Amino acid sequence: MSRTALGMPGLRPGSGNLFAEEKFPSAARRELGNSQLRRNLKHATSTIRTKRLNVTGELPDWEELRDAGSALKTSVMARLPELLEAFEANVTARGGTVHWARDADEANRIIHELVKAEGVDEVVKVKSMATQEIGMNEYLEEHGIAAYETDLAELIVQLDHDKPSHILVPAIHKNRTEVRDIFLKEMPGVDPHLTDEPRRLAMAARAHLRAKFLTAKVAISGANFGIADSGTLSVVESEGNGRMCLTLPETLITVMGIEKLLPTFSDLEVFLQLLPRSSTGERMNPYTSLWTGVTEGDGPSTFHVILLDNGRTNALADEMGRSALHCIRCSACINVCPVYERTGGHAYGSTYPGPIGAILSPLMTGVEAEENGSLPYASSLCGACYDACPVKINIPDILVHLRGKDVDAHRGGLPSQLDVGLKAASWALSDGRRLGAVEKLLPLGRAAAGKDKKIKKLPGIAAGWTQSRDIPAPPSQSFRDWWAKEHKES
Amino acid sequence: MSTREHILAAVRTALQDAPAVPDIPRTYRQDGNLNAEERIDVLVDRLEDYKAGVTVVDEAAIPATIQGLLAGARSYVVPAGLDPAWLAWETEPSRVKYDGGGHGARSVTELDATDAVVTSSAVTVAESGTIILDGSPDQGRRAISLIPDHHICVVHSRDITQILPEALRRLDGTRPLTMISGPSATSDIELERVEGVHGPRRLDVIITKQSGKLPAS
Ligand code: SF4
Repeated sequence: MSRTALGMPGLRPGSGNLFAEEKFPSAARRELGNSQLRRNLKHATSTIRTKRLNVTGELPDWEELRDAGSALKTSVMARLPELLEAFEANVTARGGTVHWARDADEANRIIHELVKAEGVDEVVKVKSMATQEIGMNEYLEEHGIAAYETDLAELIVQLDHDKPSHILVPAIHKNRTEVRDIFLKEMPGVDPHLTDEPRRLAMAARAHLRAKFLTAKVAISGANFGIADSGTLSVVESEGNGRMCLTLPETLITVMGIEKLLPTFSDLEVFLQLLPRSSTGERMNPYTSLWTGVTEGDGPSTFHVILLDNGRTNALADEMGRSALHCIRCSACINVCPVYERTGGHAYGSTYPGPIGAILSPLMTGVEAEENGSLPYASSLCGACYDACPVKINIPDILVHLRGKDVDAHRGGLPSQLDVGLKAASWALSDGRRLGAVEKLLPLGRAAAGKDKKIKKLPGIAAGWTQSRDIPAPPSQSFRDWWAKEHKES
Repeated sequence: MSTREHILAAVRTALQDAPAVPDIPRTYRQDGNLNAEERIDVLVDRLEDYKAGVTVVDEAAIPATIQGLLAGARSYVVPAGLDPAWLAWETEPSRVKYDGGGHGARSVTELDATDAVVTSSAVTVAESGTIILDGSPDQGRRAISLIPDHHICVVHSRDITQILPEALRRLDGTRPLTMISGPSATSDIELERVEGVHGPRRLDVIITKQSGKLPAS
């Protein structure tokens, strides 16, 4: 349990695919060895960055929309109990059934029961972060139910027995030739002469999934937004696989995090402008579906929604960190992150990679869980994520806050070198005279550097820094000394 | 305690610092400033950008335009509430499959074997090229505009707004809504856009120049 949770009875940390099982630096080092991955990522993220800037730049009120989006989400979090109850009442009044799940296991068990009750052993799936997070496909598979991913990228990842590496384009780490090879190896009945042209690959997926769509009895989806005052749900997508799943099967099961609510239908006017422009860099995504409970003669006749906590209340309890729950999963922060661009998504371990993942995963599970305490360090704090975020989540601030929590979590016994170092720095930096005294030592560092004016090896924990780089020798004079001298002279 | 009560209690516990509920600054645009003609121009530009087919015609030319677009179709489905005048030219009634109303619902297999679909639309946002269907009788249930590979959609100029907030104000949020911005597409392979995946691969939009009589509904 996280520190916050310890002080607050009743909160439980998230479970499922939310963990870095390996410390970020060592996972990152391994991924960095894959130069094909880096080329694929660089190409993809730079393309999407340009598109995003074009379409956000053309709106005269982009900043005003961001302000409204941010305030709306803050208000949703503050009003969450009341909005959840309203949402539940409205879904129920419209013929839907609402279920509640505290963690991954509870959610999976509910889904399994619902699917079993329909007497089927396969379901079609719309891409959803929530079902990824709870490891639903694996759970259902263990219980003899096949869940077919229908989003092209998710299909690629599923056929390759791989993991998604990006929340919007999960197969971003694969190039076209790799995709072609996966299809040839894993897609039943595929044309053996398939080329690696994206159009041909997309058509192969269309043919492969068509029969599944037309015959599926049960579909499982996530939701981008849930409207509290009407019980309406929304899925934003591109390919039409979402529409297929939401429209054709008899039973629809939607898994939604409790933070996805918006107060009223008209609030979509903000988020349906922010989301597509920030995520795919389009003015609007090709398809958005909205449905409210069950509509006679149009779409599924049975509808279930599962409201998922799985560590969200844990994150909500952290006053400094709770705004991470404002995330609308657009992936803009991931696409601008210099760390992600080099390491890719797998290095983060959790379903949520990149800057948002580096805060959301430890907030949902507690920094003590597995290696999640290493995630807030997966950043240079450059601030690009904050600038890109359509709902203005101050990711760098939360990263620093969580680093503090991580340091606290490891305290106890003798202070570490890092503690001592940070203490010394804060002692020196908090007082100009002390800093001046420390700067008197600069010439000493210069002597340590030697003739080529480079320090090649630092002592203690700082040694890691010099393992792959040299440090220029400190100047003979500090900036403060120089300033004082210059200003005396002039 | 039920799971529901557990979660609601956890949410309340997490919020024990009673965070303030902020006012929402709605300083973004609520209304557009383009006239009807300019809205059509913007819409055409967006639709062409999405690689949809676009024709702008007088209301009176709707039937002939539909006829032309359906020239290659062996069969097409239409919602029961579509204006019958739009199909008055049809000489092969066996091509037409009505869905809904007294005609009942076509099976998915039958829809899959149908070449095209003709519908009207509820409201359209020019700035993002977004056509919204709300399941009214002239648009039909969601499956019919999804399964056939060619969607012909009529947009009346009186139903075109410039921006999204204006469009949402005209809709009932509890109806099944489909927002369509171009034919289905994917950018999942190297972010290269491919038009036409699972939804209709061809989208033709007929925009009417002037308001006329309301379509039968
Ligand atoms: S944190 Fe912001 S930028 Fe990142 S995915 Fe979430 S909404 Fe998008």
